[in-house]
Amino acid sequence: MLIRVRCYQAVKAIEFDSVTVRFPTTRIPFVKEWFVRKLRGTAAVETFAALSDVSLDIEHGECLGLIGFNGAGKSTLLRVAAGVITPSAGRAVVRGSVAPLIELGTGFDHELSGRENIFFNGALLGRSQRTMRARVDEIVEFSGLGQFIDLPLRTYSTGMVARLAFSIATAVDAAVVLLDEILAVGDASLRERCEERIRRFHKSGCTILLVSHDLASIEKLCDRAVFLEEGRIVALGKPPEVIRAYGERSGFHELRHDRSESLGISDSR
Amino acid sequence: MSTTPRVEQDTPTVATAAIPEFCNAAGPGVSLLDEARDLVAHEHLLRSLVMRDLTVRYKRSVLGVLWTMLNPLLMMLIFTLVFSAFFRFEIKHFEVYFLSEYLPWIFFSQTTVNSMASMAWNGPLMKRVRIPKSIFALAATLSGIANLAISCIPLAIIMLIKGAPFSGAVVVLPLSFLILGVFTLGVSLTLSSLSVYFADIKETYQAAVFGLMYLAPIIYPMSIVPEKYLWLVRLNPLVHLMQIIRDPIYYGRLPTSQDLMISSIWAFVALISGWLMFRRLSTGFYAQL
Repeated sequence: MLIRVRCYQAVKAIEFDSVTVRFPTTRIPFVKEWFVRKLRGTAAVETFAALSDVSLDIEHGECLGLIGFNGAGKSTLLRVAAGVITPSAGRAVVRGSVAPLIELGTGFDHELSGRENIFFNGALLGRSQRTMRARVDEIVEFSGLGQFIDLPLRTYSTGMVARLAFSIATAVDAAVVLLDEILAVGDASLRERCEERIRRFHKSGCTILLVSHDLASIEKLCDRAVFLEEGRIVALGKPPEVIRAYGERSGFHELRHDRSESLGISDSR
Repeated sequence: MSTTPRVEQDTPTVATAAIPEFCNAAGPGVSLLDEARDLVAHEHLLRSLVMRDLTVRYKRSVLGVLWTMLNPLLMMLIFTLVFSAFFRFEIKHFEVYFLSEYLPWIFFSQTTVNSMASMAWNGPLMKRVRIPKSIFALAATLSGIANLAISCIPLAIIMLIKGAPFSGAVVVLPLSFLILGVFTLGVSLTLSSLSVYFADIKETYQAAVFGLMYLAPIIYPMSIVPEKYLWLVRLNPLVHLMQIIRDPIYYGRLPTSQDLMISSIWAFVALISGWLMFRRLSTGFYAQL
């Protein structure tokens, strides 16, 4: 992996090129209503901008931390990189196979056993049965689920599901790893394992985009950090500096009671 | 969203060749061909989706087949009684006449409805992992085709019992199924993308499709349709699409080239328009699901 990545350092791993994402704030749930509105000329949908004109380059092998208040657009940015949200304007280019660790445990079938879910999840990520068969022991071992692995997922606790999800997601080879709030779930031992894995990813030359509210982890793990506020980049640089900026802003933020104002960047489509 | 590999100008070509690159850009979206490539890349997912559909249905193999055939067989008994005995249609082997179009009809109506349900069901998935979103409509169509093929076995048994003749013309059936499958996929793409936005699409459609069945000569012979209404019946694409299946099974003849042509054109139009609609609406799925 290291060697392969090295030859590409001329190119960025992830490029966000003035990415804007708008979400509708109104909804027309019925066809009948849509027709009526269309006739009246009121079918236009109100939107707000979750991300406004964000441009950011991430180097190969870099670990970049994303911090910001709730609703700042961190997860949206991660999902644009993962390709599940299409930008309303601009574009994102991602080079290398992606392992999206966004909200653990989705794509699990709770009637299937842990082992069967490993294969289904692998298929979701575009990995063949054969590839997964070669990995399955390692995944079971890392998850530490023991004999639970052959029981249906509905018998698992939330933490156990998280363990399995994390083990699968980190066992598939990927050049770009997208992590959202992973460090917040699980007990201390899982958390330690996570950090250990992230470090190993980093060492092997993976590019990592990490969203977390855990500032200590960001400082420990990341090469650079980005502070997002209201869908815009406020600060970008070495983690300690960005975290300081975030901290200063945080005091200010609490004084500003009206959070809804940040969603007020609304305009019609 | 585009997954087309692009070549960077200021990069050595050796480098870009090996790295999968994907571009997520605002704009109209990918072409049907690129989507097809993406679907091939997700072959494993497609396979497990289809297998999951089929194993749920055929878990206990014999019971499974019986269950799938229960509705068509019941309908066959009722319609045979009503139309063969009460109305006295002069149709030889009415059971075979009926099933040869009712089975494809069921395939069409079930697949389109399933594809809508599948979008709602798999919404959370689409929000977390990048997959070609048309994969759910395609999986519904493929498992539907498999069911249609399987239901030909009981049909053959009924033909044997009734002493209906078999013809070599049945070799054309895979082609007929393919054309019907493409058409169904196109309609499924349209409906499933609309159903993400509008909650009432599914119910409205189910009512409509139920009524449409009586507008097609599934139960009655085409000959009872008065001349001035023939155009109305022929307007229904499914009339042609089912005719190319009934011809080899019931009449023991190859479909006419005219029917084949009209069916293929309908299938093509449905697929292209379905894809365009799906592509246009799919960028907004994230916010709707």
